[in-house]
Amino acid sequence: MKRKVIIIGSGPAGLTAAIYSARANLNPLVFEGAQPGGQLTITTDVENYPGFSEGILGPDMMDQFRKQAKRFGAECLYETVDKIDFSEHPFRLWVNGKKYSSDSIIISTGASARLLGLESETRLMGHGVSACATCDGFFFKDKKVFVVGGGDSAMEEANFLTKFASSVIIVHRRDEFRASKIMVDRALSNPKISVRYNTVVDDIVGSEKSGVESIILKDTKTDEKNEEKCDGVFMAIGHVPNTKLFKGVLELDGSGYIVTKPDSTHTNLEGVFACGDVQDQIYRQAVTAAGTGCMAALDSERWLEHR
Amino acid sequence: MSKNVHEFTDENFETDVTQSDLPVLIDFWAAWCGPCKAIAPLIDEIAGEYQGKIKVGKVDVDQNQNTAMKYGVRSIPTLLLMKNGEIVDQIVGAVPKGNITDILNKAI
Repeated sequence: MKRKVIIIGSGPAGLTAAIYSARANLNPLVFEGAQPGGQLTITTDVENYPGFSEGILGPDMMDQFRKQAKRFGAECLYETVDKIDFSEHPFRLWVNGKKYSSDSIIISTGASARLLGLESETRLMGHGVSACATCDGFFFKDKKVFVVGGGDSAMEEANFLTKFASSVIIVHRRDEFRASKIMVDRALSNPKISVRYNTVVDDIVGSEKSGVESIILKDTKTDEKNEEKCDGVFMAIGHVPNTKLFKGVLELDGSGYIVTKPDSTHTNLEGVFACGDVQDQIYRQAVTAAGTGCMAALDSERWLEHR
Repeated sequence: MSKNVHEFTDENFETDVTQSDLPVLIDFWAAWCGPCKAIAPLIDEIAGEYQGKIKVGKVDVDQNQNTAMKYGVRSIPTLLLMKNGEIVDQIVGAVPKGNITDILNKAI
């Protein structure tokens, strides 16, 4: 059955688009992707989303978003889009072997944690390698862990991990942190945290069975390598947009983000709109994602009316 | 949680899982884990659909740290599929239902 609007992604952007499209009687279908609710489902307290004066848990907030969208008739499926064909109208997409078609598409696939690109890192993900301290920190009680990165999120992850771990070592490739002063001061004054500057991760040693056993670090000045025993390695080296599906189909910028026309959510393809972190590497907030989600719903509604 | 989903603990894991005649799907979870909530309804559905073929249950890692440690759980949700006390397959992280039923169908 042909749809008027299909939304790919279910974070604040996608679900806000769903709320608006549903209220416009467009009966949107949302493919929630591998992480329903998006990146907020792996955080704890959200303190800066307006309207929740006492803060709210990220997963709880996303439950509210989804309930609100469903109340107005949005349909949410916990499925991942495997393939798209936007070369003809209506647009087509394939999910779990099933074909769907739609007059307009709203893309809100968000961003994911950037990884170093080591084979061992992928193999040991979930077995001691992690990109989410709030999710996995619990399993490192009285253990020694490394945090890779030098921005605010690396400082935050390191601080959070000291609640569980016995020692936390931040590995940073430069001699100075990019993080804000307040975050750096907080991390450096924590007795459990130490830092290795000018250092990169060369490899991670371990197995799926035994977990992470050690990390091999390389000094960027001397190229000297040394192996250190540890139990966990947490990645905090930024994010990459989830745009693999759209490569060669939509215009992407040098970092892989979807390019939208100024002051709108229109992509270079008429009838395809993008909102949230997948097209924003500057603000990356839940509230800005929700804002652009609303814009995408209004843009698509107008486009459907006037085409 | 549906009645088909068992609650496994540090105390009953040996008798209810390791010595089970059926293959067992174990969902390691915690109340504070968002992605665990996302797959909880899928686990309920699967428990109903595979009744008599696969035993399905959950381990709350907050309450049952020994079992979580013993099986090397370092991220949740982790799904373990065990047969005769041995791990035959596992999935780390929330995934769509098809990915879970794929490993179950291979085991029965």
